[in-house]
Amino acid sequence: MMVDVLFYIFAIVTLGSAACVVLTRNAVNAAMALIVSLVGVASLFVLLSAYFLAVVQVLVYAGAVVVLFLFVIMLLDEGEKRRVSPGSLTTAASLVAFVLLLVGVVSIVISEDLVVAGVAEKRTLATTAPVGDVPNQYGYHLFTSYMLPFQVAGFLLLVAMIGVILISKRYRNASGSREGV
Amino acid sequence: MNIGIHEFLATSALLFTFGFVGVLVRRNVLVVYMCLELMLNAVTLALVGFSRFNGTMDGNVFVFFIITVAAAEVAVGLAIVVELFRRRGTVMLPALNHLKH
Repeated sequence: MMVDVLFYIFAIVTLGSAACVVLTRNAVNAAMALIVSLVGVASLFVLLSAYFLAVVQVLVYAGAVVVLFLFVIMLLDEGEKRRVSPGSLTTAASLVAFVLLLVGVVSIVISEDLVVAGVAEKRTLATTAPVGDVPNQYGYHLFTSYMLPFQVAGFLLLVAMIGVILISKRYRNASGSREGV
Repeated sequence: MNIGIHEFLATSALLFTFGFVGVLVRRNVLVVYMCLELMLNAVTLALVGFSRFNGTMDGNVFVFFIITVAAAEVAVGLAIVVELFRRRGTVMLPALNHLKH
């Protein structure tokens, strides 16, 4: 019973702050709401007993990604002055797309096809065993069946690092003026 | 303890649609980027749910990779946004229509 209440609290917090990210006018407020939403997802990971992923989510997303967002918002200083509101056609089309996507996904979610074949009763948090609640399972899978993706991910981080350095480096030609890449 | 996979998937679907609408209606590149992160998070939530209720480890490992790729993607994307602001002086999408003219 306790877990049910916690699930609904966490889900409402996550979805409410996600709606705030979309609806708020200020980019800094959007970043703050994004932190709350990401921590809400991390708490849902805890309910699913994926503790390691919850910690990684808070460290990487709330700790690094949102801080990077805030740095860039402060750096750009777009401010309140140049506010552009979407056109009515865009808003209407977005609402239609929202309703269509929502109906489609929810009809998939509530359909009976999701019930695993051969399993009669509904699987709940109480009737299933925790998976991935200890970090050494991640290590085992990363170094056995997911060895190649693991190395590709490491290479991807290297490529991203070099790419960011290349993009943010200021190039100058012989006369000293700014030169395009 | 009646929470099953349907509740988690419904939460994930709602989170995804919020991010989707945000990408469509917002005009600030940074906020559009945040909404992309929301969609990625919705997918990770669904994967962790599948992993738990199927009793396999694969979804959790995928989430691990998704978080890695998302971190790299945010770093590169924000560097591009900063460079865009240096050249054009704005990060509002309606002002960034130089390919149209």
